[in-house]
Amino acid sequence: MVIATPKRVKEIKFGLISPKEFRKMSVSRIITADTYDDDGFPIEMGLMDTKLGVIDPGLRCKTCGGRAGECPGHFGHIELVAPVIHVGFAKLIRKILRATCRNCGALLLDLSVKNENVEKIRTLKKMGQPIEDVVNNVFKEARKSKVCQYCNEEQKEIKFEKPTTFIEDGHKLMPTDIRSRLEKITDEDIEVIGMDPQNARPEWIILTVLAVPPVTMRPSITLESGQRSEDDLTHKLVDIIRINQRFQENREAGAPQLIIEDLWELLQYHVTTFIDNAVSGVPPARHRSGRPLKTLSQRLKGKEGRFRGSLSGKRVNFSARTVISPDPNLGMHEIGVPLAIAKELTITMYVTQRNINEVKEYVRRGPDNHPGANYIVRADGRRLRVTDKNGEELADLVELGWKVDRQMKDGDIILFNRQPSLHRMSIMAHEIKVLPHKTFRLNPAVCPPYNADFDGDEMNMHVPQTEDARAEAKILMHVRENIISPRFGGPIIGGIHDHISGLFLLTNSKDKINKVDALELLAKSEIWELPEPAGTDNGKPYWNGKQIFSQILPKGLNLVFKAEICEQCDTCLEEKCEYDAYVVIKDGVLERGSIDEKAVGAFKSVILDKLIKEFNSLLACKFIDDATRLSVRGIMRSGFSFGINDEHLPTEAADQISEVLTSATDKVEKLIQAFQAGELEQLPGRTIKETLEMEIMKELSRARDATGEIAGRHLGMDNAAVIMAKSGARGSMLNLTQMAACVGQQAVRGERIQRGYAGRTLSHFDKGDLGAQAHGFVKASYKGGLSPTEYFFHAIGGREGLVDTAVRTSQSGYLQRRLVNALQDLEVQFDGTVRDTRNMIIQFKFGEDGINPMNSDFSKPEAVKRILDSVVGVKE
Amino acid sequence: MNATQKSIDEMILGLKLPQNVIDNLIHELKERKVTKKQMEEIVRRLNSGYENAKIEAGEAAGVVSAQSIGEPGTQMTMRTFHYAGVAEINVTLGLPRLIEIVDARKNPSTPMMTIFLEKDYAQNRDKARELAWKIEATYINVLGSMSTDIIEMKVIIELNKKALDQRNMTPGEVAKKINEELGVIAEINGDILTLVPSKPSYRELLQLVKSVHSVILKGIKGLKRVVIRKEDSGEYVLYTEGSVLKEVLAIEGVDATRTKTNNVNEIFEVMGIEAARQALINEATDTLKEQGLNVDVRHIMLVSDIMTVDGDVKPIGRHGISGEKASVLARAAFEVTVNHLLDSGMRGDVDELRGVTENVIVGQPIRLGTGNVKLIARKAK
Repeated sequence: MVIATPKRVKEIKFGLISPKEFRKMSVSRIITADTYDDDGFPIEMGLMDTKLGVIDPGLRCKTCGGRAGECPGHFGHIELVAPVIHVGFAKLIRKILRATCRNCGALLLDLSVKNENVEKIRTLKKMGQPIEDVVNNVFKEARKSKVCQYCNEEQKEIKFEKPTTFIEDGHKLMPTDIRSRLEKITDEDIEVIGMDPQNARPEWIILTVLAVPPVTMRPSITLESGQRSEDDLTHKLVDIIRINQRFQENREAGAPQLIIEDLWELLQYHVTTFIDNAVSGVPPARHRSGRPLKTLSQRLKGKEGRFRGSLSGKRVNFSARTVISPDPNLGMHEIGVPLAIAKELTITMYVTQRNINEVKEYVRRGPDNHPGANYIVRADGRRLRVTDKNGEELADLVELGWKVDRQMKDGDIILFNRQPSLHRMSIMAHEIKVLPHKTFRLNPAVCPPYNADFDGDEMNMHVPQTEDARAEAKILMHVRENIISPRFGGPIIGGIHDHISGLFLLTNSKDKINKVDALELLAKSEIWELPEPAGTDNGKPYWNGKQIFSQILPKGLNLVFKAEICEQCDTCLEEKCEYDAYVVIKDGVLERGSIDEKAVGAFKSVILDKLIKEFNSLLACKFIDDATRLSVRGIMRSGFSFGINDEHLPTEAADQISEVLTSATDKVEKLIQAFQAGELEQLPGRTIKETLEMEIMKELSRARDATGEIAGRHLGMDNAAVIMAKSGARGSMLNLTQMAACVGQQAVRGERIQRGYAGRTLSHFDKGDLGAQAHGFVKASYKGGLSPTEYFFHAIGGREGLVDTAVRTSQSGYLQRRLVNALQDLEVQFDGTVRDTRNMIIQFKFGEDGINPMNSDFSKPEAVKRILDSVVGVKE
Repeated sequence: MNATQKSIDEMILGLKLPQNVIDNLIHELKERKVTKKQMEEIVRRLNSGYENAKIEAGEAAGVVSAQSIGEPGTQMTMRTFHYAGVAEINVTLGLPRLIEIVDARKNPSTPMMTIFLEKDYAQNRDKARELAWKIEATYINVLGSMSTDIIEMKVIIELNKKALDQRNMTPGEVAKKINEELGVIAEINGDILTLVPSKPSYRELLQLVKSVHSVILKGIKGLKRVVIRKEDSGEYVLYTEGSVLKEVLAIEGVDATRTKTNNVNEIFEVMGIEAARQALINEATDTLKEQGLNVDVRHIMLVSDIMTVDGDVKPIGRHGISGEKASVLARAAFEVTVNHLLDSGMRGDVDELRGVTENVIVGQPIRLGTGNVKLIARKAK
């Protein structure tokens, strides 16, 4: 079987089209403004002429004989009675007119200067650099001569009135005049002004023939009422033809010059809006309903335009999208695919001697009996649908060389994606697992790279269709290959939320785990043997959490680090740490310390980092799978929940908090008094008012922190929220402070709330009140409940956060687009240099040392130390 | 048997490794004794380690770098002002600052300088303070108060003795400076200066007050505020709001080797393109680091390099790099679609379809990474 490699388009040449060439290209001259006759057939030489291609089913194109869908369409043309200016080139015409002689058409520069500039342009073109600056300079210099160097004709000032009018010395220049001037310019001069005499002569920008785009480009739609509704371009072309006809009739009838000129202007208007309907100074052409027409330029422009909307981004087949939900029992490289989707999406199998029996089996099963086959393609290219009735029959027919579209099954490789696709880990390859129900299921450990959560997020799945694509996906895009982020060379996949708190609970407790429980915990990790028990209780052996966790660590792993719960004591007690925050792993056994975010969390995991860099990604992958399963079972041993009772503080704590807050308010009052008495000491570079604000803010935030500390003292490690905050699973102590003790100051733009009524924030306060309460300090806790004014201030602060997020996403999105667009063509070459498309060297060695940021560890001292340690032995 | 220092040096010299790795190796070897055999093994492992760590040919380094800088952008705060180091000076940080750097703006929204001092100035608080007064742009409002006498048609300036002494100025100097700038002769009477407008009109009088307010009596124009801070290292460092690098570097006592500004274009003008490149790297790294985001320098280097390749600091975007691409289609697909198409038609441009977007538009595999290599089956013999 031969798969022909498609031919490559080598280059695309741009240019202007000459009227002569266009007439040759055109399949028909269009003279009638009508589209269809009474029977609904396209009129000949009309705008819908079947020579231009067909859109109605049943008709055949008169040019190529193709049916609708086969015929690509062909251009026609309108002979304009009088030439008109192409709006897009009006500015260019102005420049050329001012730079050339009005009599002989020569470029108003000396021969030597011309040659010099031609040289410059040629070298720049060869290097692929923009020639704009040189050309602009030529125009600027040429404009300066008042008299032609070649025929001594005096040059007159040319005024340009937007969008398409040129006035020379008070006389309007008609397009015919301009055209005849442009025709006089010699090929040599054309090159000096940066144009191409073969492909873009200046006179071709004055239109004498107008291209009529094929009907396939402007299909009419039939409304429910049976009425035809024409495309915007067709409407515009109708206008042009009508005016063109009227113009001709008037001219033949010898109408006065004034009328002719008016008609000429009208024709110019219609052609202008046909090309661009958003030219400043020209009222946009409108549809009957008042909506501005979408003409040629509008079709190309912008996000939904042809370039960005249809050419750079394309819609694809073999894709699926649905809501996602978590499933910790799946491996992190797996993804649960709903049966309904698996039945719909297919992979093409080429029937060979080796797989013919397998293929036949799929066909036999039919489309309803997963995994079956949906279509077969015979050697002659005919496509047959497999149904549950003809399955058996077709299976017997299947021959070598046929193709069968088989349904997806477990283990097939697919691409999984969540928008916005901000980095390459937003699209990764997974292996599928067909599951019941209607959502995609994924291991929560892969949430961080996708930035996904399960509050209704949807994700997309794509099925690679060729063997090459599948190989690439597996080798380059597999989740396993993307655990390390190229952004900072650390793991981006790892435990989140319950994974962390689960393992933390397991490893931090002194819990005695009996044999049944221990085996139950490890069963899903496929570990069937337990280590030596930690001791016996009532004659029965028991194990501790650290031992259980050690079972999923590979042999040979040695690590020492400080856990997330580390309190940053002044002198580290190291192995005698009272918080059990000093983690020691020796030969795959967790000897001391607790497992928390630092050990297994995404972005931070020390263990994963080590596993990938010193072992391999397969092992790391297995570790994540085991850790997710173990943690979920670990957390289920004791259960883990958080309710409003967990925010409750004893009365003494509440008293302390209110005391702290009262004293803070007093201090603020004192500051205000000092300010009003003019006794406040000014900070350098600040006004007294600013100083006061800063002092108050400082005082109040200190008070809030103090309340947090009080709350923290009364809420110990038996509190779920504290466990989550300390272990890094979710939330922070600040969140807990706000819930239990005091919400604190609400700020807008980093300052206390100042806006509102004149002189005060709300009518509940006195004018000029500078106190804490009057400017958004929320004394209450969320549990205690906010007073009405506090609630309002809180809403103000909250709104700022929402606005901030909305603004940020658009700004950072644009930054991303610009960065990617500027850098997308850079590639590391085989010689180690980084070059762009014109082969310009951007860097001689990527990042000065040629090291992949994913392996940036190699440039760090630890890497060298490690090598030395392993060769010479660890230095004591 | 331990290897001699000489043979180790020779072996190190023969290594084809990045300089920082070699430095690390030398540092590590200092405190250890190794045998020749061990050293050979170390070299072998280092070489194979480097081979593993090297970026592969065909890697789309540009896209990876762009994403690595763009993606953390979503996590950055919008809060424009933050206090960087010194509480007294506001500096734009976070996403707006990153955008500013990438845009290569001529005038950043909050220009700021960090002026390091030469040894005897850096250790001496008085000398440092003196220097700060010397460069800070001093206006009349900090030296005293100004009032108008409408009956007599004159402006009266009451100078503050203390403020004058602090800045080491005399009323005579103030009068001289005003004369130089405005051509108005001031009458000195102790600490009181009297100015008479050229014409005795009410308008002239007010005009005079206005112009006196804008006269810089001492210091460098543009350095609105100078703050002294003692660093942890014990030396005094000046922070300024506003940036005039060229003039500051010329002042005695300023350590020109360490003094810096956050205005990249200014660095480019004063010290050249290589310095500008380094400044871009430093500024971007600092901005990201301040937000607690970890991005490998190599990515930032690549962005800085493409901004400075042809000897000019060019912005990322339509007015810079993207606008000067070789491919017509790539430019048209980015921004200002129609103009690019019209211009290239007029010039008769040729698109060689070597980049990414062009090939996506045409609908064929891109020439990058796996698209740049071909598989050939070798016939079995």
